[in-house]
Amino acid sequence: MMNLTLKVWRQANADAKGKMETYQMKEVSPDMSFLEMMDVLNEQLIEKGIDPVAFDHDCREGICGMCSMFINGEAHGPDRLVTTCQLHMRKFKDGDTITIEPFRAKAFPVIKDLTVDRSSFDRIQQAGGFVSVNTSGNTQDANAIPIDKHDADKAFDAAACIGCGACVATCKNASAMLFVSAKVSQYALLPQGKVEATDRVLNMVHQMDMEGFGNCTNTGACEVECPKGISLENIARMNREYLYASLKG
Amino acid sequence: MTLIASSIGKKLAMALSGLFLVVFLTQHFVINMTSVFSESLFNEISHFMGNNALVQMILQPILIFGVLFHFTMGFVLELQNSKSRSIKYKSYKGSANAPWVSRNMIVSGIVILLFLGLHFYDFWFPEMNYKYVEVMPLNPDRYFEEMIHKFESPVRVGIYVFSFLFLALHLYHGFASSFQSMGLNNKYSKAIKSITAAFAIVVPVGFAVIALFHHLTAF
Repeated sequence: MMNLTLKVWRQANADAKGKMETYQMKEVSPDMSFLEMMDVLNEQLIEKGIDPVAFDHDCREGICGMCSMFINGEAHGPDRLVTTCQLHMRKFKDGDTITIEPFRAKAFPVIKDLTVDRSSFDRIQQAGGFVSVNTSGNTQDANAIPIDKHDADKAFDAAACIGCGACVATCKNASAMLFVSAKVSQYALLPQGKVEATDRVLNMVHQMDMEGFGNCTNTGACEVECPKGISLENIARMNREYLYASLKG
Repeated sequence: MTLIASSIGKKLAMALSGLFLVVFLTQHFVINMTSVFSESLFNEISHFMGNNALVQMILQPILIFGVLFHFTMGFVLELQNSKSRSIKYKSYKGSANAPWVSRNMIVSGIVILLFLGLHFYDFWFPEMNYKYVEVMPLNPDRYFEEMIHKFESPVRVGIYVFSFLFLALHLYHGFASSFQSMGLNNKYSKAIKSITAAFAIVVPVGFAVIALFHHLTAF
């Protein structure tokens, strides 16, 4: 069992100033997930009549991309290739002080405490992250279209992006290039996506720029912190796609 | 949105202007290196570069534009990036996922910019004054003497060597990074990173050796 000091960002609403609050946690099990530890904290806060800490979560198995904490200076904490819900308290030591902040970016405004508004990602996706297919029942079976195994694998890897926003939170410039490039690559690599490739990349990058994300400076931090291991190759592919689409008009 | 107004277009512009400056740096390095081996050859090349119409009237303005463009665009991007996170983290462990050099290109860039100010003050402004303001007579043998005179000062040599360290850091990230910005990340990327590392060591160390060599042999 561990005794921990938590420094948690508390902000009543989007317009409030917000500040770090310190809480003591006693007898934390190393087998707890980080979110379970937060649940226990909230139970203690409720018992004391204090407003519980608001934080995003849903599936709690690393699939949905909802959990979004910046823990001890890193998105999803110190572990690699995991989301916050997959992070276990055994990664910390007895007596540790843990700093917990929301994902910070101009395009991810805080809603309350540790929850942030990531609808900018939705708007980017809506700008072109889809294939316009008539799903009336006459759609060609995707398996009937031969696809190179390497391209299929790369498309699948890109599609593994859960849109959690760790890339933005981690990037010193709050750039969304890894997320957008994963979505662009996912379709650009497949024949079904090539038809709308030009408009897709132009529209998605335009929307990304409009949302106020920063510029990529190729530090590679996003790739390291991404819970799904999305590769920087996707950013290079999107750069190629964008340059080609711009020249093509 | 036009290409140059987009975030990807700006990065492409940074990459292309950076690669152009790498090409310039390479020829500058090769010419400077001749000063270590042959005074006459250095004078001959310097005289050619300083008086050839193509170099002076076309390549030199292009180079100055390239330098100004690279620095200006760098500052523009830095300013935009600083606005993308208005509230900073209380705890941010940048070193956990990216090397210092990639996170501080603006720092190494500013040191190089300050060095360029000194370098222009030492060599370019006197040269422009000699040729175009005072219009002094042609002297093909003056370049080597003028150069070693500058490296007599240990303070100046120290500043030069210090600046070359930051040039190395800037090149170490910037050279390979420019290929990523241009959309090249493939089976050749490992080789590009190796070439970048070699270039980022050989050229700045070479410049430092040239400055130290002339300082130590000037007496």
